[in-house]
Amino acid sequence: MFNTNIINFMGQRKIASIVSVFLVLGSIVSFTTKGLVLGLDFTGGTQIEVGYQDKANLTEIRNHLAAAGYENPIVVHFGSEKDVLIRMQGKPAAGLSDNVLKALRASQPSVTLRRIDFVGPQVGEELREDGGLGMLVALLVVMMYIAIRFQYKFSIGAVVALIHDVILTLGFFSITELEFDLTVLAAVLAVIGYSLNDTIVVSDRIRENLRLLRISSVEAVINESLTQTLGRTLVTSLTTLLVLSSLFFFGGELIHNFAIALMVGVLIGTYSSIYVASNMLLILHLKREDLMPPEKEGAEFDDRP
Amino acid sequence: MNNYPLRTYLFVLIIVFISIAFALPNIFSADPAIQISGQSGEMEINQSVMDDITTALKDADIDYFGTKVDGETGILRLTDIDQQLYAKQVIQKKLGLEYVVALNLAPTTPEWLTRFGASPMKLGLDLRGGVHFLLEVNTDEAISKQMDTIVRQVRTAMREEKLRYESIKLVKRKQIVAAFKTKTDADKANSIIRQKFTGITRDINEENGLFIIRSKMSELEIKKIQDYAINQNLTTLRNRVNELGVSEPVVQRQGKNRIVVELPGVQDTAAAKRIIGKTANLEFRLEAKPGSSNREKFSFSDSYVRDRGIKDAYLKRTVVITGDHVSKASAGFDEKGTPNVNISLNSQGGARMHRMTRNNIGQRLGVLFIEYKVRTKYNIDSDGKKIAISERYVEKKIINLATIQSALGVGFQITGLSTPREASELALFLRAGAMAAPMYFVEERTIGPSLGAENIALGVKSVSIGMFLVVIFMLLYYKIFGLFANIALTLNLLILVAFMSMLEATLTLPGIAGIVLTVGIAVDANVLIFSRIKEEISNGLPPQSAISAGYDRAFVSIVDANITTLIVAVILFIIGSGPVQGFAVTLSIGILVSMFTAIIVTRALVNLSFGNRSIEKLRI
Repeated sequence: MFNTNIINFMGQRKIASIVSVFLVLGSIVSFTTKGLVLGLDFTGGTQIEVGYQDKANLTEIRNHLAAAGYENPIVVHFGSEKDVLIRMQGKPAAGLSDNVLKALRASQPSVTLRRIDFVGPQVGEELREDGGLGMLVALLVVMMYIAIRFQYKFSIGAVVALIHDVILTLGFFSITELEFDLTVLAAVLAVIGYSLNDTIVVSDRIRENLRLLRISSVEAVINESLTQTLGRTLVTSLTTLLVLSSLFFFGGELIHNFAIALMVGVLIGTYSSIYVASNMLLILHLKREDLMPPEKEGAEFDDRP
Repeated sequence: MNNYPLRTYLFVLIIVFISIAFALPNIFSADPAIQISGQSGEMEINQSVMDDITTALKDADIDYFGTKVDGETGILRLTDIDQQLYAKQVIQKKLGLEYVVALNLAPTTPEWLTRFGASPMKLGLDLRGGVHFLLEVNTDEAISKQMDTIVRQVRTAMREEKLRYESIKLVKRKQIVAAFKTKTDADKANSIIRQKFTGITRDINEENGLFIIRSKMSELEIKKIQDYAINQNLTTLRNRVNELGVSEPVVQRQGKNRIVVELPGVQDTAAAKRIIGKTANLEFRLEAKPGSSNREKFSFSDSYVRDRGIKDAYLKRTVVITGDHVSKASAGFDEKGTPNVNISLNSQGGARMHRMTRNNIGQRLGVLFIEYKVRTKYNIDSDGKKIAISERYVEKKIINLATIQSALGVGFQITGLSTPREASELALFLRAGAMAAPMYFVEERTIGPSLGAENIALGVKSVSIGMFLVVIFMLLYYKIFGLFANIALTLNLLILVAFMSMLEATLTLPGIAGIVLTVGIAVDANVLIFSRIKEEISNGLPPQSAISAGYDRAFVSIVDANITTLIVAVILFIIGSGPVQGFAVTLSIGILVSMFTAIIVTRALVNLSFGNRSIEKLRI
């Protein structure tokens, strides 16, 4: 049990704290000044995706649409150079798709309609509220669960780590100006689940070691626990990143940002389960007595060699 | 040491077999198909109709097979999905508009599988193409309509009881304000309202020398009316969707006042919207005499204006009957060959119509077509940004104004319709029933069939590649134990697919993303166990004890970690809509299944290979 190669994770906790605080503040600044590039799901409006046989000329498409009387449509490539996404304000009038297609077919007869999305403004607004609410509820329920299963200091540690992860992931989307749509929101919530998974495994080991190891310093126990779980943390992050990169490269444009959000979240989550959650335990002065159950506990010692 | 009783191995085997059986239908890909049915139930789809269709298809050079007719519907399969839209057009042209021709996907599950209830997963719209609508029911409208009626009834009740009131009126469409001169009158009125009108609250006050009773609908009553309105609209929508002849449509309530309609395979959104979204109703009103105070001005419908050049007319405010009283309606042609709609009323409507028309022979009866519509307006906000605001409005137009020749009864005709399509749609609306409250489209998505097929291909590709990478990694890193984990992972996917098929859950693109994520997370439990075994070995435990201790000690971590992830998935499901829910469903099933496969299945494999043997060294 007394591993000689214990990595002194908590020795760098000051540096880690500074890095985390810096990143969180940076994210918040970007979030408040730049905000997020919200997708159609949240803003409401209409978007039409059309497919061309060859490379599509965006300027030409804009001109055709303007000539057909559509004001300032946003026209961008979607996924490949052959697919084009046209976004407009407001609701599709009757026959909008026909009119748009007619305008585009004038120069390129082969253009096909791939999809039309219309989202009313009230739906988008509700989604923004529900999404925020969902994150809060998820955090609260999880906090309660950990407080019951472990101890309140662990639940504060885990939730601080989660908030850290969510803020950094949102910050990443804000800084990179990637579009934030419904699937990305789902990804951010999944990041909460994933990062929690990691944190719990580490906390579980800390709890076990605090009860078993006869080392006086909590910091040493945490270092030992982190070292023991490091292999597992890295392997799991790696397998998850492997499948996510498969989604990223082969999953298609619709779940591109979803994959990015999860990849960023997994990386941050791995970091935070090591440095943020455990760091919080030290900041909160976790003591061995915090975890000693009231009843006598000898059974666990018996099967030790 | 490290041995399972025989029943555990058997249990695992049984689960494997059941999963294979239920997952199997998914490997048989569905055939593109065309489904034909009649506009009304009386039309028969028999072999001769099918023969007409097949001749037309042969002429158009479209390959088909597996035709089937059962009297009410006919179905035929196509070899090439690219010909599906074209085939639909050909058949529609051949049969005419009285027939509903819909795109469909026909399952190819062999009979021995369907016999015990196995069927493939349902594919979401993003994977098979189709239209999705989200409609919002304006329940306020239903409530104020009800309040209108109550106000009238209160006035009548007061008159019947010979109570003098200063005024009884509806304020802001939701509060009844009744004013009385004396307190005794007000008290008496109060008790009458209490006795006769349940579900409204009362509140007496003295204001400016008058005694005022303010009544509002109770929360409970409001909820009752809202639920009624939504359920009535759901029924009507289901009727209309059935008339469209779409296979496997979804019509569901979502949240407090929304309804989701999903029509797989439908590409013609304009037609679908016209039928689904029209919150239309009819009102029959007598023409008003010139100068009468009881009159309202209405415009004629566009086609009426075009055909006859009259723009508007005055009708009485009193409504004879509404579309709610129609029990049957069918489109047809009159002797001059112009389209009309034959209507049968229910007995109450018939009696009212008879009474009204009997006394008004020679006068004209107008048919008002009422539509609830929405338009988008643009406002400039303080930042100079353009914001779209949806505005709702009601459009009432006269579609027919004809002289009453004789007393009308239960059955009569509406003429003055310009096209057969207009007639058949009007008949459909009347037949399917009226909406109890107006509805508005708040979301609308159309996915083309090619995009759907592409999404499936992408999904399958990313799952296989992701899985392949993980399998290779696990083999390299954990050797024989990696193989066990890989078998468990494959089984995990198999059970997940079997579960989704059994639950008839819908697979969507985000759902596939959930499956991919599950693959990544599912191995986590095994990683936890295996690293623990490694650790125990390096702590000096003999291999057999290390295996046992590894599984035991990792168990707590696995359960805690998975339960928290599950909590998040469940919350996602509760707050999310469509796409997010699809993701949440696959993720939660995946997590639950992974606990079984990663703990019990790998343990069974490990026990089978290493149990009851003495092992010198464990390669892990």
